Amino acid sequence: MPKVKLPRSSPSIDMTPMVDLAFLLVTFFMLTTKFRPDEPVTVTIPFSLSQTKLPDNATTINIDSAGRVFYDMDGKDARAALLSTLAKSVPAIGPVTDEEIFRFSVMGAFGQPFTQIRAYVDAGETERKVMNTQTKGIPIDSVPHDELLDWVTYGNSAAFSDYNAKKSAGQNVNIPRFAIKADGNAKYKVIKQVIDICQKAGIQHFDLITSMKMKAK
Amino acid sequence: MADVNTEGGGGGGRHHQKKRAKKLPTRIDMTPLVDLGFLLLTFFMLTTTFSKPKVIELTPPVKTNDSTKIKDTLALTVILSGNNKVYYYNGSLNQNPDSNNIKLSDFSDNGIRKVIFDRNYFVVNALKPIDAEHQNKQVNDTTYEKMKQKVQGDKLALFVIIKTDSLAKYVNVISMLDEMNICDVDKYALIDASPAENNVIKDYNTKHNIK
Repeated sequence: MPKVKLPRSSPSIDMTPMVDLAFLLVTFFMLTTKFRPDEPVTVTIPFSLSQTKLPDNATTINIDSAGRVFYDMDGKDARAALLSTLAKSVPAIGPVTDEEIFRFSVMGAFGQPFTQIRAYVDAGETERKVMNTQTKGIPIDSVPHDELLDWVTYGNSAAFSDYNAKKSAGQNVNIPRFAIKADGNAKYKVIKQVIDICQKAGIQHFDLITSMKMKAK
Repeated sequence: MADVNTEGGGGGGRHHQKKRAKKLPTRIDMTPLVDLGFLLLTFFMLTTTFSKPKVIELTPPVKTNDSTKIKDTLALTVILSGNNKVYYYNGSLNQNPDSNNIKLSDFSDNGIRKVIFDRNYFVVNALKPIDAEHQNKQVNDTTYEKMKQKVQGDKLALFVIIKTDSLAKYVNVISMLDEMNICDVDKYALIDASPAENNVIKDYNTKHNIK
């Protein structure tokens, strides 16, 4: 039986549409990705059935299982304003340079007392990690001094003045929110203390960050 | 295909033929480009997180000296303690601070959830037809929220007082707030346990041999 030979077509195919699509997706993901700075503390957040999402522009208080408190705030401009005003009224921080203000505005959460904050800002990645494991967190006891109250008071006013400035300039910004991201194993006593401090600073509304649990009602 | 062959075909008897550099076919090997494209695509797909964190909203009351009185028949007090234990009692404890009046429960499906559900059945039942209408798209979201709030805010709806002692963990508080949501309880407060309640719990634990 004679073999039937099919005419061979060239094995090269036109890849242009595929490449187009691939690069379209790459562009999309590149533009939508927002890189988060390293979280200094590991916090295992509890589950809930809540569907409410946390909008951008939030101040977050992180509390780990040992009850250490870390402070974080969204918004570069607000953070820069926070450190420069706080350094002026709190002598323990010491004089801050423009370079330090910039470094502070782009870093993530931190849990250093006032006396250590400049050293932390100046430190590199690896040194910061060491400092994060050694720190006792931002002091929340009123004796000797309740430093979190200062951070929250000044942070809140910085966030709101930044919000008002951007809003009047016609930019699309969310109203600043206040979130608490605490480890499930943290004592509620500590969270209660943090909430009390924030209430003293005039914050009325809190968002407790949880992760979603899929379970039917 | 993308290649255009300019060679040949145009030869013929033309007189003014300029000398051109020999054009190569424009087809290029796109494989490395595709490789790189998909590599980047995979990277960004894996690193992107679309989901924003979920939150439970909490608006604690501003501290004032005047305390709202709640009818004993409507109040259920839940005390969160260490080791995921939940103690609860109906009404008020002040008249007879006795450990026989409190009960122990937990966070399982038949635990505290059942207790709250049983106490709040009239709100849960009233909400059922409204929920069904909402699911069948007979009412829009805003009307639904309004109707739900009206039922949950009823004068006779259950009021849950969530108390915490010094051993309570944050996860317990979150679970309890979640239970409020599940059991359609709109009226609740989150406060510290009183010394009398701490004593009653201690008493209960010794009586029932609980560590």
